[in-house]
Amino acid sequence: MSAPQQASQSLLSKLIQDVISKFKVTGKAESETRGFIEVDKTKIVEVASYLKEVGFDHVKSVTGIDYPEQNQFEVVYHISSYSNPDLAKVILALKTKTSYKDPVFPSLYSIWESVWTGERETYEMLGIIFDGHPELRRLFLDEDFEGVYPLRKSFKLKQEGMFVDKSA
Amino acid sequence: MTSQPEPAGLQVDIVPVQGELNVGPQHPGSGHMRIYVKLNGDIIEDIDLDVGYVHRAVEKLSEIRNYMHLIPLVERPAILDSIHMNLGYILAVEKIIGVDVPERAQYLRSLAAEVNRIASHLYGTGILGIFLGHSTAFMWGFGDREVWVEILQALTGARVTNSYIIPGGVRRDLTPAIKEMIQKALAYQRKKVRDWYKIFVKNPNIRSRLENVGVMTKENAIKWGAVGPNLRASGVYYDVRKIEPYAAYSKLDFEIPVYKEGDAYARLLVRFEEVEQSMRIIEQIIKEIPEGNILSDRFFKQIPPTRLKKWWEGQKKVVFPGYYASFRPPKGEAVSRVEAARGELLYYLVSDGSPKPYRLRMITPSYRLIYVFKQLAKGARYADLVAIYGSLDYFPPEADR
Repeated sequence: MSAPQQASQSLLSKLIQDVISKFKVTGKAESETRGFIEVDKTKIVEVASYLKEVGFDHVKSVTGIDYPEQNQFEVVYHISSYSNPDLAKVILALKTKTSYKDPVFPSLYSIWESVWTGERETYEMLGIIFDGHPELRRLFLDEDFEGVYPLRKSFKLKQEGMFVDKSA
Repeated sequence: MTSQPEPAGLQVDIVPVQGELNVGPQHPGSGHMRIYVKLNGDIIEDIDLDVGYVHRAVEKLSEIRNYMHLIPLVERPAILDSIHMNLGYILAVEKIIGVDVPERAQYLRSLAAEVNRIASHLYGTGILGIFLGHSTAFMWGFGDREVWVEILQALTGARVTNSYIIPGGVRRDLTPAIKEMIQKALAYQRKKVRDWYKIFVKNPNIRSRLENVGVMTKENAIKWGAVGPNLRASGVYYDVRKIEPYAAYSKLDFEIPVYKEGDAYARLLVRFEEVEQSMRIIEQIIKEIPEGNILSDRFFKQIPPTRLKKWWEGQKKVVFPGYYASFRPPKGEAVSRVEAARGELLYYLVSDGSPKPYRLRMITPSYRLIYVFKQLAKGARYADLVAIYGSLDYFPPEADR
């Protein structure tokens, strides 16, 4: 415990304060049940192991977001708990970013097995490589799917006009 | 391997054979999914789920559609649970645009969701029945489901993809005729549940196919991230309706069935008891539903008076106000979750201030069951594959999205 805690502080904001002071990361509790922590990808395994010890026992979702203007990817893990009734109300987002040049993240499979599906899907849809995932290959797409990764913003969808378009 | 000498001269040498089997993608026991099974004798060594046959790229399509246009799209993945898909998405949108919902609309949301939950569980049970060769359960499941689908049709105007819930409320109000329908349906289903127990749930054949099959311990359920009835059948008390109440659930009285066995039979029992709890909830809603508007005032005021007179005063239907056409929510993100029939459904919505979402992440319950199914099948007998699969109530289109 480092920073002086107020009695009115919720469980989540206290927890995030702990993580911030321990690992020098940024984060904020947006409400009593939602919050986020932004981590550098070199620290994510450490932070994740700490969060697991605290009681976060599963990952609900792994999301990859593409930011082409900033030339970077963001990966968001939403974690929560089944076994701890207080933490069960909480969904904590663990965010980490990397540039296009180096789309490699450490996999959190060794900490939470439930990332298996999510990391695999993020890999095939965005081309983010999760180092340490046991089975990193295509999950949903066809074997003969061509082109780049479909969830990148550079993958443009063909749009059909809802009404008959005037020919140019 | 030497077999035991048989008394009547029936000596059979069992030679372990290793091999691979493709189940699906159009097998009656797999749905739209190929299960690649590696066998040793009849023991499953490993399975590889080849999912994605019904992938519809909802997350990608959401980048080029307005928030309102997404409502019918996000419902598509699970057509038998469309109210929950609809509700979860709307909760995320409401969080991002910051709108309050009137009490009556909250109750109506719970009502529609519970009706849908019953229909979905009956579907799941019917599919489990046909997997195990019990055709009666299949026909009863689909027959009984029809009763609840009819109610949804009367309430929302559509049979499966209802698009009933909109930001700030719901589209239509409850009428006395629907109330009467619901009461009849409750009486029918209560009677029918007793028959279900006699013919299916307590059937010795079904029990021997399901008991001690696909056992998932509490530790494994947590580790693998199981959801919904499958998680509760493994002894974890976890239901979003209790943990983080949405709609009218904080005012309703109901219980969450939990079993500690964690086998396929427990998963079936949890579903059946949930049907009974859902009926209890519906009964309470019918009795206690408060009077009032069904759409938030902020949007209701924008409906032109002539239309209000024709539709709202005449038929208790809401006409979309112009605001919905292409509203721009503020920058930000929202995480919402609901307890869908198969388990927890999570939406993660990132808005960049434009009329279209920057990123929509949809984590459906079946999606999270992919890994659970893979792990559960390891070490099981080949004949039990369909029993495990059916008991998980895995729905391929929902996982593919």
